[in-house]
Amino acid sequence: MPAHSSNKDSSMNNINIIELKGVNKWFGEHQVLCDIDLSIKRGERMVICGPSGSGKSTLIRCINRLEEHDSGVIVVDKIELNEDTEHVNAIRREVGMVFQHFNLFPHLSVLENCTLPQIRVRGTPRDEAEDKAMEYLRRVRIPEQASKFPAQLSGGQQQRVAIARSLCMEPKVMLFDEPTSALDPEMIKEVLDVIIDLAQSGMTMICVTHEMGFAKKVADTVVFMDAGRIVEKAPPGELFNNPQSERTKLFLSQILSH
Amino acid sequence: MQTSSSGPRVAPRKSSRSRWDWGWLDGLLLLTMAIVIGFLVWRTDAVFKYQWKWSGIWPFIVRFDETSGRWVTNLLFDGLLTTLRLAFWGILLAGVIGTVMGLARTSQRLLFRLIGGGYVMLIRNIPPIVFVFVFVYFIASQIMPVLAIGNRVQTLPAFWQSTLAVLFGPVRMIDNFMLGLMCLSVFSGAYVTEIVRAGIQSVPASQIEAGKSLGFLKLDILRFIVLPQAWRNVLPPMAGQFIQLIKDSSLVSLVSIQELTFSAQDVQVTTQRVFEVFVFVAVVYFILCLSLSRLFAHMERRHARALK
Repeated sequence: MPAHSSNKDSSMNNINIIELKGVNKWFGEHQVLCDIDLSIKRGERMVICGPSGSGKSTLIRCINRLEEHDSGVIVVDKIELNEDTEHVNAIRREVGMVFQHFNLFPHLSVLENCTLPQIRVRGTPRDEAEDKAMEYLRRVRIPEQASKFPAQLSGGQQQRVAIARSLCMEPKVMLFDEPTSALDPEMIKEVLDVIIDLAQSGMTMICVTHEMGFAKKVADTVVFMDAGRIVEKAPPGELFNNPQSERTKLFLSQILSH
Repeated sequence: MQTSSSGPRVAPRKSSRSRWDWGWLDGLLLLTMAIVIGFLVWRTDAVFKYQWKWSGIWPFIVRFDETSGRWVTNLLFDGLLTTLRLAFWGILLAGVIGTVMGLARTSQRLLFRLIGGGYVMLIRNIPPIVFVFVFVYFIASQIMPVLAIGNRVQTLPAFWQSTLAVLFGPVRMIDNFMLGLMCLSVFSGAYVTEIVRAGIQSVPASQIEAGKSLGFLKLDILRFIVLPQAWRNVLPPMAGQFIQLIKDSSLVSLVSIQELTFSAQDVQVTTQRVFEVFVFVAVVYFILCLSLSRLFAHMERRHARALK
């Protein structure tokens, strides 16, 4: 596996499962990511927050190449993310993602949603895949819905299935892209509880969210982004109680005021 | 505001749609229809003196062969068989062509998109009859002798020859049949292409993203995520196109493919029973097309139930 070129930098080591160095991305004329440097250690739980349009979603979507970065280096689990589809596929197998709108496959049952990726991507035999699917459906507290179709479930249930579907692939890192933003208020808790469980079990995760209570509870690191830049990065206690930049203070005052 | 204590009132939706709600408009329409039909019957009876004689055409469906002492099929029945074979293989082949070309039209590669787009553009802007003539006299007349399907079939063992005869019709006419089949499939394939393209584009990009994020290979995303959903979304227009294909199969009678319409013309010339022959043929086509549309309606209901 061709490793990254810069071994002069000591921070690029085995402890960091994800490394971003000088990552830039443009949508046309508009620069959505500016010089992003970020590293995530194994087992670290990172929350990314910031106003809409600040590039948080784009940032995590670059990590599994749903978006291509224009310059800079992204290394995931010692594999550099580049044009090479072998690399891209290898990274996607190790990185799970949960979307704002769940993106379950509507033509497959809940169980099939969880087994198909295992069977096609991992080559797991069907019965083994079903056992694992049921194990994770139990973990997200929804095993009784296995034979239903996604459209028959509530938003909160669908999102929990989406989490189980990702976990079935036994990823090393989980990316959450505003996992509760599309949910009715009474369903947010059931989804957050599942994510908190997962965080406490030691899963490495990056979560884009506006749920500050959740960030305080589980995050090791909170990153505040604005206009495509990382403005501030600190443990939640520090960032929430003693923000260094004016932009962070303004943002926090707006979302914590009510 | 007082709410009713009798619980939620569930409107019987199904019955309200199928129940007769008589209004003056219904009465007026029925009256108009009765007048028009009455007038036509009166005109036909008074002016158009025609002696219906159905017995003239039955022998052309099946007849008793005196020399062999057996019942044998005749022109109309054989024509129907050819039409059925054209319809069956035509739907399969047009489906394959349409899927391949539909994928080409939605491909990331410009060349593929151009090929798919060019194919659709060419076929859709030529009248069907003109296409049939151009295809048969200019294109197929060059290809068929090279393929020489009939000659090749005749060198096969007897078992294969008879199997192929069941599937594609009598061996001596197999070249002729293949010609009609290719013509029909290439023509209908263009319309299927457009339906497939619409279906693929109806699957949201977020579905493909979900597939990618789980590590699916490109081909697997297509096979397990995009195409099954696309197929469901395009069932109704696809049914329409396949019914159209059955009806369009009558066009190849123009180039001497001996299907139902061709046989009907033969029988009509022999018997002079113009009306009986074509009424009979119309009924046969109607039954064929209606059966297919029922089949698709059934598939639609099955999918709808799965997704509810």
